Amino acid sequence: MKTLVALSLFVWSTTGLAQSGNLKPGTSAPDFSLKNVTGETVSFTTFREARGYIIVFTCNTCPVAKAYEQRIIELNAKFAPIGYPVIAINTNDPQVSPGDSFEAMVDRAKTKKYMFPYLFDEGQNITTKYGARNTPTIFLVKHSNEGNIIVYTGAIDNDPEENKSDRINYLEQALSAVQAGKDPAITSTKAIGCSVKRKRST
Amino acid sequence: MKGGFLFLSFIFCLNASGQEVGLVTLNQLYDRVDHGRDTIYVINFWATWCVPCVKELQNFERLSNVYKNKNLKVLLISLDFKSKLNESVLPFVKRNKMKNEVFMLNEPDPQIYINRIDSSWSGALPATLMVKNKKRKFFEKGFTYSELLNEYKNFK
Repeated sequence: MKTLVALSLFVWSTTGLAQSGNLKPGTSAPDFSLKNVTGETVSFTTFREARGYIIVFTCNTCPVAKAYEQRIIELNAKFAPIGYPVIAINTNDPQVSPGDSFEAMVDRAKTKKYMFPYLFDEGQNITTKYGARNTPTIFLVKHSNEGNIIVYTGAIDNDPEENKSDRINYLEQALSAVQAGKDPAITSTKAIGCSVKRKRST
Repeated sequence: MKGGFLFLSFIFCLNASGQEVGLVTLNQLYDRVDHGRDTIYVINFWATWCVPCVKELQNFERLSNVYKNKNLKVLLISLDFKSKLNESVLPFVKRNKMKNEVFMLNEPDPQIYINRIDSSWSGALPATLMVKNKKRKFFEKGFTYSELLNEYKNFK
């Protein structure tokens, strides 16, 4: 009983207090058309066989994003073959954060052998549309008859430093639920991350 | 006289570079704020790995120096990993001779503590909370000195 109360409090605190920024679970995921590091343009329709998408708002420079980079590579390796490819989008303005220029993205993707698109968000419009304010931020999107629907947003897990024995893999749990045709128990989480480096308004 | 001066400089050095960094839970932090009477607490959340945080820290040091007799207390709460206390946070605090009190947040679950700091907060750093008695204002942004000064004056 005590566990149940604690659990429901936990669920309440993670889902009840909605994030004012991110697009909310249950709403439709805006499509985009952004330049990939390979030079091609990528949108949802690039993946004809996809059952959904793991959208990762990230960048080259944020230490938290870097701490999650290997996990993002592994997520794609694990879930792209079953229909949920990773689509990474760089949130940062290259003038404010030169390490996040398109050229730096190309280098990073080559060095780390990204097997997924890493997209340049010219003008930061897609970052703004999704409401991502820190990196890394995940949106798990489900392809359905009603279109592309956001089913989870927030962190990959609760263990940025990779030292917790009781790690909760929020994203994988949400994906398992979606595959089983259910709604995820936890649909949104928060994590400490780097602020999106916004273009200076002059 | 000369001895006295040397002694004073010695004490000053200790004060400037002997800064300690304690752990603080949110309950401890809010308890302190609750007992602060008319003190304005400017609580900045930062990390050594966060570039805009590191850039704005001097503005908080300057604010507390300018208003040191004015019921202002600046608290700098690091959200670095606790394992980085000795490796990153303490050396950073000493190197920059930080005068404000510095703590590391001692909370296990960001799903709880981020919303307890402010429910509108995404978790992006830097972030700052101003509190005086029951009044509070939260900022998910970095500050230049003049922006910080304005917000502090507006809040007073």
